Amino acid sequence: MASQTAQSLVVLEDVHKIYAMGTQQVRALGGVSLSIDTGSFWAIMGPSGSGKSTMLNLLGCLDRPTSGHYILNGQDVALLDDDKLSELRLRQLGFIFQSFNLIPQLTVQENIELPLYYLGWEARPSAERARELAELVGLADRFYHRPMELSGGEQQRVAVARSLANDPVVLLADEPTGNLDTVTGRQIMELLAELNNKQGKTILMVTHEPDIATYATHHLHLRDGRIDRWEKTS
Amino acid sequence: MQHSRIFRNVRLGIKNLMIHKLRSGLTVLGMVFGVGSVIAMLSVGEGASREAMEQIRKLGSNNIIITAMKPVEDDSASIQRVRMSIYGLLYEDERRIRETIPTVQQTVPIKLIRKDGYLGERSMELRIVGTTPDWFELVARKVLAGRVLSQRDTEKKAAACLLTEHGARRLLATQNTIGESVRIGPDHFEVVGIIQTETASGGIQTPDQEVDAYIPLNVARERYGDMVVRRTAGAQERELVELHQVLVQVRSIDQVESTAEAIEKMLRHFHQKKDYRISVPLALLKQAEATKRTFNIVLGSIAGISLLVGGIGIMNIMLATVTERTREIGIRRAIGAKQRQIIGQFLIETIVLSTIGGLIGIVIGVLIPWVITVLAQMPTIVTSWSILLALGISVSVGIIFGLYPAVRAARLDPIAALRHE
Repeated sequence: MASQTAQSLVVLEDVHKIYAMGTQQVRALGGVSLSIDTGSFWAIMGPSGSGKSTMLNLLGCLDRPTSGHYILNGQDVALLDDDKLSELRLRQLGFIFQSFNLIPQLTVQENIELPLYYLGWEARPSAERARELAELVGLADRFYHRPMELSGGEQQRVAVARSLANDPVVLLADEPTGNLDTVTGRQIMELLAELNNKQGKTILMVTHEPDIATYATHHLHLRDGRIDRWEKTS
Repeated sequence: MQHSRIFRNVRLGIKNLMIHKLRSGLTVLGMVFGVGSVIAMLSVGEGASREAMEQIRKLGSNNIIITAMKPVEDDSASIQRVRMSIYGLLYEDERRIRETIPTVQQTVPIKLIRKDGYLGERSMELRIVGTTPDWFELVARKVLAGRVLSQRDTEKKAAACLLTEHGARRLLATQNTIGESVRIGPDHFEVVGIIQTETASGGIQTPDQEVDAYIPLNVARERYGDMVVRRTAGAQERELVELHQVLVQVRSIDQVESTAEAIEKMLRHFHQKKDYRISVPLALLKQAEATKRTFNIVLGSIAGISLLVGGIGIMNIMLATVTERTREIGIRRAIGAKQRQIIGQFLIETIVLSTIGGLIGIVIGVLIPWVITVLAQMPTIVTSWSILLALGISVSVGIIFGLYPAVRAARLDPIAALRHE
């Protein structure tokens, strides 16, 4: 499954990422090669400082590798400028964050519509799409509420709905249950697993909780900026 | 489609500004006062200068007005019980100007005499204006009834007179106006017409008094002579003045100044004392315009400073807003917003802020002159260009002072912005 085939959705080739911290150079990733197929659900794990966040930022096209290649859906990300990267995030990616990251002054509807706004959708189809997604995550009755009026679990559902609005090829989740209690966390994970199973969404998730990782189809362990090991679990 | 998008952006901007109502309100105040004072000041300036210019323009920008002026008296004369002063413009002056200066189109001599006018029981002091028919052509005055003096009146030395509206109303009252006979001094004159009264015209003496009676110059000269005798407490004052005023019309507007110089030179040659004054409405007009320009520059600078202060206030608040909403910026960037879309979002917010300030400022700026006019009886004119200017400035202030915070927002590193607490 993880072999470097032409059809692979995500391909990393000897990816290095070096940060300049003052005069010091910090090597966050040192030669990562990986190939991820459409429809898989990866849990990226490892102790803090192992390069999980850096890897997710790179995968999320928020950053570019210092050297090496990252090919997303056939496009080499390392060669793109800021505008092109934005365009790529807008059309191909969806983000789910640990701290939900909803915009507080916008309603549930408006938060879900955000990607559609940047995609240039008209108001009416955009509202319809948001309504569908709210129903999908079970929040149709909270449509006009603001994030402050929702529980943590509900907020994360809104975030999931928002990440799906642009129908992304890859969903990126950064500790999606980190701010939730166990029960709520499990509900969110079931939602993600369902998206993976039923809709075939490719999901790349960073987590440090083994419980949470059990929902994934593949486990990737990082250590000191390198791939320690990876395994297919289901 | 573009419209609905702009509308959505503006609505979002307003929504974001409404989160901090007090803060946004206070920020807007800077613009309100800036724009309000610009419009108010401009309207007061415009009102004052337009009034002055209107008065000057009435005198005719093609004209030169020469007025007789009593020279300063020497002491020896004032001791005498009978004083005699001879001064003013001569018939000869008028003829010389008309015949020797080629740029002169025509001249109108004016002679002024104070006499009582009678009509039956009524009487009042009139200022008799002896002049030629050309006067009515040069000083375009509305004829309310009858006709103006004609060349025939002069030729036949007709005892014809025109009254101004005020004079006519007071002297003739309800009687049939045209054709009435008015006695001026010992002589009877037929009222041939009534012309509109002109209100006082700033400083320059023209035959504009409300109780004027216009008669042919040669008639005035024949009947009343050139000598004016005035009796005051035991003393007698005599004045010998041929002409009190000469209006000179110049052929074209760009010859006015050189013609005025030529007249000045000529008069200086023939008059020992400076018993005349030459006023050039065009020069006054130019001067008034220059004054207005200076005035506008000063006002513009004051307004500019107040708008600068307002703009800095806006920029300050927007920088605070950007810091406050760093995470929102990170979220938007992660979702796929381009840098220029972030710039657009914050720019629209500042423009909304400054434009709302501008609009309120315009309302205040229109109300203040109105209050000034009502309370201080000062003329004010709110010109449409000043409103458009104020509106343009408001939008520009929004763009200029919003650009830096907006660019700063857009340049934020999305990863760092997402982590921002």
